[in-house]
Amino acid sequence: MFRASAYSVKQACKQLIRNRNMCTASIFSITSMLLILGLFFILIVNINLLAQTAQSQFDTIQIYLEDDVGEEAIYEMQNEMETIYGVKEVTYIDKEEALVIMKKRWGDNGYLLDGLESNPFPNSLEIKVNKLEDADAVVSRIKGMDGIEDIKYYQSVVEKLLNITNFIQLAGMVLIVILIIISIVIVANTVKLTVAAREKEIGIMKYIGATNWFIRGPFFVEGIIIGIIGSGVSVAIIYFFYKKIIEAFSTQAFVMFSIGLVPHEFLINHLIWIFISLGVGIGSLGSILSMRKFLDT
Amino acid sequence: MIKFENVSKLYGSNAALSNVNLSIGKGEFVFLVGPSGAGKSTFIKLLLKEIEATEGKIFLGDLEVTNLPNRKIPVLRRNVGIVFQDFRLLPRKTVYENVAFAMNIIHASPRSIRRVVPQALSLVGISDKANKYPHELSAGEQQRVAIARSIINNPSVLIADEPTGNLDPDTAWEIMRLLVQINLRGTTIVMVTHAKEIVDKMEKRVIGIERGKIIRDDLRGAYKYHV
Repeated sequence: MFRASAYSVKQACKQLIRNRNMCTASIFSITSMLLILGLFFILIVNINLLAQTAQSQFDTIQIYLEDDVGEEAIYEMQNEMETIYGVKEVTYIDKEEALVIMKKRWGDNGYLLDGLESNPFPNSLEIKVNKLEDADAVVSRIKGMDGIEDIKYYQSVVEKLLNITNFIQLAGMVLIVILIIISIVIVANTVKLTVAAREKEIGIMKYIGATNWFIRGPFFVEGIIIGIIGSGVSVAIIYFFYKKIIEAFSTQAFVMFSIGLVPHEFLINHLIWIFISLGVGIGSLGSILSMRKFLDT
Repeated sequence: MIKFENVSKLYGSNAALSNVNLSIGKGEFVFLVGPSGAGKSTFIKLLLKEIEATEGKIFLGDLEVTNLPNRKIPVLRRNVGIVFQDFRLLPRKTVYENVAFAMNIIHASPRSIRRVVPQALSLVGISDKANKYPHELSAGEQQRVAIARSIINNPSVLIADEPTGNLDPDTAWEIMRLLVQINLRGTTIVMVTHAKEIVDKMEKRVIGIERGKIIRDDLRGAYKYHV
């Protein structure tokens, strides 16, 4: 077993060196496929994150209260709201707290709020709903209450956002599958060219009594090596650029709008395994497919 | 060693071999003669299970060839050394690698490969060409490499398909001497040939095939009947 694999690896390396140009071409095509794939992967992962943050930030209903409503009345309202079907919890946020929260959210730019003469924020109640779909019903129950200045909730926005992310995810998946198939075909064709050039040799090997796997072995390993190199190169490229993008984004104003990007360490740790298994899969499957015709007994 | 029992091979309604019965013992040296298209190639292809017999049974040593599953074909072929008219060496491998390849496929240890290959090369007399590529050799030398490769795993049977067909008479005789030498070591040899002179001089068993039938089987025969 060990001897057989050692032989395959040795032969595969010889073949790779002999067919440098062809191999470079397939490595290049795998790399570019994986780069596009990586782009979509990054897009999907980040949109997922965005959707998650959006959902957790917007599954609340903000109820801004008129300034002349006293604390006691507010607590009464709070209790009443908690009995409404679909409501998870109701939190009271007074003016001061609202200001502190906003300062926090602005981060380094929070000092801008220090210049305010009076606190512009109203007292408010924040309702968390169990399900986003219940928000409409809850709001219609609250609307009639006294002392409410304004009600803000984002059901339609969030729903639209979710629809869009679902669509992008689905489209991305379909595209990824298509790209994988294309990559397999490309590798299969590259290996097929080498195999075709050696059709006669393969015939001789079979006459001498070589098994199909013995003949296939070196080509199989060749495909795997091409796959590993291709995926390695693409991961390196993605790592480099994504890190740059993250760095650029984190120093700019984006933080203010609390748009988060998936940290590059996390992304690369996942991407590297996905890509290597894809590269190996594409390479080995491609080589096996391309040899099928020549090994028919 | 080799046994054909009522073997027929039909291509459509054409019989390449019809109802052939044949037995070749261990250590024999047999010439298989006959005009082109008589069924000699069919005989070899059947023996190597390159094609399936339409009818009958074929045995090679302990193996029943006609009953052998396809995945066992490599095992069969390792028991049979083959030498072709056109040598069929691997063009991108050196002489040494070509011979070693037959040992690679049976997963021989690198140590035994290093030991046995030079022996085989010296047996066929091309030790000094070990690092050359096939295209750098003369036809006779290429055939020697092919013979070294065919016997390296000590097959019980060596099949030579017109091994002298591409060689000049002197070289042909050198190859024949080599085959005799291998035969003396106990290997059964079946040689398909058109070389009348060689068959006549060797005085070995001659099996004649014509139109798919064995028309004669002489223990110390000549190429043609002398009526």
